[in-house]
Parts: sequence; C-alpha cells; structure tokens
Amino acid sequence: MYSLSEAAHQVPVIEPSAADGTFSLLWLVIGLPLLGAVVLLLGGRATDRWGHWLGTLMSAASFVVSLLLFVELLGREEGDRSVTQHLYDWIAVGDLQVGMDLLYDPLSALFLLLITGVGTLIHVYSIGYMEHDPRRRRFFAYLNLFVAAMLMLVLAENYLGLFLGWEGVGLASYLLIGFWQHKPSAAAAARKAFVINRVGDIGMALAIALLFTTFGTTSFSAISQVSGAAEEDTLTAVGLLLLLAACGKSAQVPLQAWLLDAMEGPTPVSALIHAATMVTAGVYLVVRSNFIFELAPTAQTVVVVVATVTLLWGAVIGCAKDDIKKALAGSTMSQIGYMMLGAGLGVAGYAFAIFHLITHGFFKANMFLGAGSVMHGMNDDVDMRRYGALRHAMPVTFLTFAMGYLAIIGFPGFSGFWSKDKIIETALAENWVVGVLALLGAGITGFYMTRLMLLTFFTTKRWKEDVHPHESPGVMTVPLVVLAALSVLGGVLLLGDWIVEWLAPVVGEAPHHEPPLPIIVITLLTVATVAVGVAAAWFLVGRREVPLTAPQDVSFATRAARADMYGDAINDVLVGRPGAATVRGLTAGDRTVVDGLFTGGSAGVKATGNVLRRLQNGFVRSYALSVLGGVLLVVLALLAVNLA
Amino acid sequence: MTDVTPYVVLSAILFSIGAVGVLTRRNAIVVFMCVELMLNACNLAFVAFAKQHGNLDGQVAAFFVMVVAAAEVVVGLAIIMTIFRTRRSASVDDASLLKY
Repeated sequence: MYSLSEAAHQVPVIEPSAADGTFSLLWLVIGLPLLGAVVLLLGGRATDRWGHWLGTLMSAASFVVSLLLFVELLGREEGDRSVTQHLYDWIAVGDLQVGMDLLYDPLSALFLLLITGVGTLIHVYSIGYMEHDPRRRRFFAYLNLFVAAMLMLVLAENYLGLFLGWEGVGLASYLLIGFWQHKPSAAAAARKAFVINRVGDIGMALAIALLFTTFGTTSFSAISQVSGAAEEDTLTAVGLLLLLAACGKSAQVPLQAWLLDAMEGPTPVSALIHAATMVTAGVYLVVRSNFIFELAPTAQTVVVVVATVTLLWGAVIGCAKDDIKKALAGSTMSQIGYMMLGAGLGVAGYAFAIFHLITHGFFKANMFLGAGSVMHGMNDDVDMRRYGALRHAMPVTFLTFAMGYLAIIGFPGFSGFWSKDKIIETALAENWVVGVLALLGAGITGFYMTRLMLLTFFTTKRWKEDVHPHESPGVMTVPLVVLAALSVLGGVLLLGDWIVEWLAPVVGEAPHHEPPLPIIVITLLTVATVAVGVAAAWFLVGRREVPLTAPQDVSFATRAARADMYGDAINDVLVGRPGAATVRGLTAGDRTVVDGLFTGGSAGVKATGNVLRRLQNGFVRSYALSVLGGVLLVVLALLAVNLA
Repeated sequence: MTDVTPYVVLSAILFSIGAVGVLTRRNAIVVFMCVELMLNACNLAFVAFAKQHGNLDGQVAAFFVMVVAAAEVVVGLAIIMTIFRTRRSASVDDASLLKY
C-alpha cells in the first residue's frame, strides 16, 4: 500500500465528486437496456409482437439520458467534470472492498453517446433487417444486453466493474455472432470469438489481481493517485497484461483471428461489434489506464508495435477479400490498429485515439449497415464478385455508403480525414518508422476501400439471374442517412482542439511537440498516399473485367491475404497442434500411468484371488486339515513364546 | 497336588485319534463321532487342569463344551440326514459342490 504523500503526481489524477442532481440518473443509462434485455428474455413469446420496439425504446431512452448527462457535464467547470455514483457495496471481504461504483467523466461521456447513439440507430435498422426472422425478439434482447454490458464497461469506476462489463460484452457477442446457430459455421465462429476472448481475459484477470496486490484497490481514482509510487516493473507487467486483454477484445495481432469469422453473425451485430461496442473496449481500456501506461514506457512501446502490425495486417487482409463483410472486417482491424497506435503514443495520442474511435464508430456503422442493406437487396449474397453497378438500384444505400467510404479513406473534410491524419501526425512526431508505416496503411486503406466500392456499386452488373436488387425500407435507410451525416460531420469534434481539451482532465495535456515536417506537408503526404491507393484500385479493379470467381493464379501475397494472413494456420501451429499434442500426451499418460495404477492394482488382486480360490476345493477333510494345521501353528507359537 | 500328567496324556491321545479320524474317514457319521471324541478329549484336559489348579473354571468350561456339543449334534445330525436323503450317500467327500 502506498500513501498519498509518497506518490509522484506524473499522471492526471481522477478526483470525482459524488453524483447529485441530474447525475443521479447515471445508473439508468445501464439500467434501461438491461431492463429491456431482462424483460425480453424472461417475457418469452408473450413479448414477441412488441419486443423489438421495447428494445429500441430502451436503447433510445438510454441515449436520451446520456444526452442529458452530457449537457449537464458541459455546463460544469473543467476541473469538476468527474462524477461517481455509488450504487451498492458489491464485494466486501477483508481488505477487498469493491463497490458497484460508476464513474462519469469526459471520457465515459463520449463513449456513452457513441454507444447509445449508434446502438440505437442499429436497433432501428435491425427492426427492418430482422423482420422475417422468427427469433427477432431474442435478437433484440441480446442487442440490449450487449449495449448494457458495454455501458457497464465504460461506466465502471474500478477494474472489477469494468471486468463485469468486459465479460458481459464477451457473452453478448458470443450469443449474437452465433445467433443463426443452425449454421455450423456461425456456431463455430461464436465459439472461436469466445475462446480467443478468454485468452485476453486471462490478461485482464491477472492485471486486476496484480493491481490489487500492488495498490490494495482496483478503483481508477485511487490507483491514479498512487500509481506513481509503484515500481516500474510492476506497472510494465500490469500494462502488458492489460494489453493482452485489449488485444483479445479489440482483435489486435496476435488475438485477431476471431474478428473475420465473427462476420457469421447478422450484419447489424457486425456493425454493433465494430462501431459501438466490443472492439473499441480495448482502446478504452488502454486510454482509461493511462495512469499505468504513462509510467510504463516499455508497455507503451509494445502497444505501438502491436498496433502498427495490426493496422497493416488488417489492411492487407481487406485487400483480398471478396466477401464484402470480411473486407470491412479487415478494415476494422486496421482502423482499431490506428486507435491503438494513438493510445500507445501516450499523452499526445490519447485524445486522437478516442477521436478516431468516435468517427470510426460513425462511418464503420454506416458502412456495415450499408453492406447489410446491399445484402438485403441481393438475397443475402455477400460475394462482391456477384455485385456491381448497384448505384442505380440502391441510390440511398450507395450515397450513404459513399459518405462512409470517403470518411474512411480520409478524403479531405470528412471525419476520417481529421482523425486519421492526427494519428499519423502524432506517430510521425514520435517515431518516423511507425509514422511511415501508418502512412502506408492509409494508402492501403484507400486501395481496399476503393476496390470494395468499385466492385459493389460501379463496374458492370454481375448479378445472379434470380436476384432483383432493390432499395431497403425506410426503417433501414434512415439510420444510414443519420450515420452518413455523422460520418461527414464527425470532424467538428476537432474544431478548436475541442476534443483534446475535453479529454485533458482524464488523459492529461500533451506538451507542445513540433512534428518533423510542417503539418500541411504531412496532410498533403497523407492525401497523396491515399490518392495513390485509390488510383491503384481504379487501374487494377475498376478498369478491368471482374471475373465471377476469384482467380487462382495469384501472387503469394494475395493468397496470404485471402487466408487471413495465415492467422488461423499460425494459431494452429503455435497453439492448436501443441495443445492437441499435449492433450493427447496427457490422455495417454492418464490411460497408461493413472489408469494403469488402478487397473493394475485390481488385476493383481484378481490374479491373487484366482490362485487363492483353489484352496476352496469343497473337500471338508482338507478344510479340517487346514484348521488342524492352524491350531498346531498357534500351539507351536505359544510354546515358542513361553519357552523363549 | 495331584499329578494330572496321565490325564493330559490320555486327553492328547484321544484328541489325536479323533483328529486322525476326522482327516481320514469319509463316512460323515464316523467323522462326526471323531469330532465328539476330540471335544471330549478337550473336556478331559479341562477337568484335569481344573483339578490341578484347584478351582472350578475348567469344570465350568467342560459343561459349556458339553452343551455346545449337544447342540452341535442336533444340527450336525440333521444336516447329515438331509444330505443322505438327497444324495443316498453319507460320504463327506461327495458333498463337495460348494467350492471355487
């Protein structure tokens, strides 16, 4: 345990005030969607008719409360923008005192708006998308559960509460990815996501245990006050364990393999996982734990390395996928890599990581829902080689998707331009190798997104005969329009460095850092790189005839990208096969050694019995002889004892 | 103090005759008689030692043996009768079904 006076105040300290007034509504933000999930799951078939409306209503109500809270927080003084609400004593065992506490500060405020806002739009969209699914009510129950768990994750005031939400998100994602459980592939994908997430959760659990033994508490505010007094090695260990956890949830290399399979879930789920909940949790964790990472430079470096690898890894995968959802999934992996990169760059990057997270939430939700709309019109076909020239058939989907596209490639003025540019800038300022790789990633992003765009909405039509593309109903297009508008306008958060100053009380203020090149040069460089990527896509995809089946005589790089960069094969060789071999060895050992001990023992007893039973020969006289022999022995023994 | 050696020797001889009879004879009735002989040899020894020690313990024991022997005769003869009725034989070697 460290006393307050010992602590060196190198990190921003969280000193929350108790929730009063409007802030006492904080628990409702989690409570409403949770109530929705409980009612829909327990209500059963009775709620089938209006279940989807209740789910959407609960999510929307949660958004309204978040908005109220946000407005209230805006009105407060800058130093006074942290509020806690103590709900009840959760765990009270000896030294371990954990309350069910919520923390509402500028960071969680932004997350609340993103999760409930985008989450509500996805709910609305799902009303239309899941209309013909007999299990729609259950779907909405899971969606509510997902949102509630994610809200718990970002609102918790201590690591244990965060862990509760963390596991809740894992559970909800499992249920939703495997929602179409009658498909073996969906069931397998859900299981894969769950298992890989468990690997990350080990890191989380160990980190929490280490934090508790070091600081005697798991509360963010308490640890932020004393983390400076801990040894750097301890903090590095905690940081690396937290990074492992973040890798699992945020699909960072080496725990990235589940994300592409997770596309087996219904498309709104993919949108929810990729935009509002789940994969952003890792970034949140790193940013929230800034009081640990700031003091553990080694862990920060590892974060940067992992992030850089992932942003290229995902981008390369995105280039070769013909499945529209998998291409988008690769892109998510890559964009989360950018966020992680921002978070790993420390004080200078936290705010930009969160900024990119928010803009990405807008445009990725937009594009996933757009992809869902395309699939809706194409009889659930996901193969982009079977699309083409859909811009006339689905004008609204096309236009909204285009907004998301322009945002993600970083077209000047769109939200993604501002957020990605800032991360590349910061990366270049910190380390030019990482910066250049991030720049390269931006170019690849331009390529694969343009390829996706061209294959889907431009080029010639390659539809199957029985497909009649049509625009989706209003309940699906309205959320698309709203998200498209947000994708375009998301950049306003950066106006006057608003988001940087807004988050400063939580993540600290960066000292001014002169980038190696003038900012305008970096911006032009980024735009030029993206332009090269777009042009490459135009020449390689847009101007050629698109074959209906993927060509097989392709380079090794393409084959690798198609096989998810051999992520599954690597896992198989490094983990799967050694694991299987170990299990085989253990079962063999169990069968020979352990079983041998017991079956051998019993066999010995049996064999002895077989020999001894011969004595029971049925002849009375032989028994009598044995009795006599016994008596003689006893007599002899007595004599021997007495004479001795 | 009376010398009880002859009685004990006689007891030992009777016991040995009984034991040999039990081991060698097949007829259940004869085996049975030999068992009785062994029991009575023991009784003789009991009484002889009681005389030697000058107390009644051995004599009491002898009475117990007699009671037990009487009971045993009842049960034993009944068994022999039953076996003879089913098998037409009183040979102890023939009644050897209860084995491994």
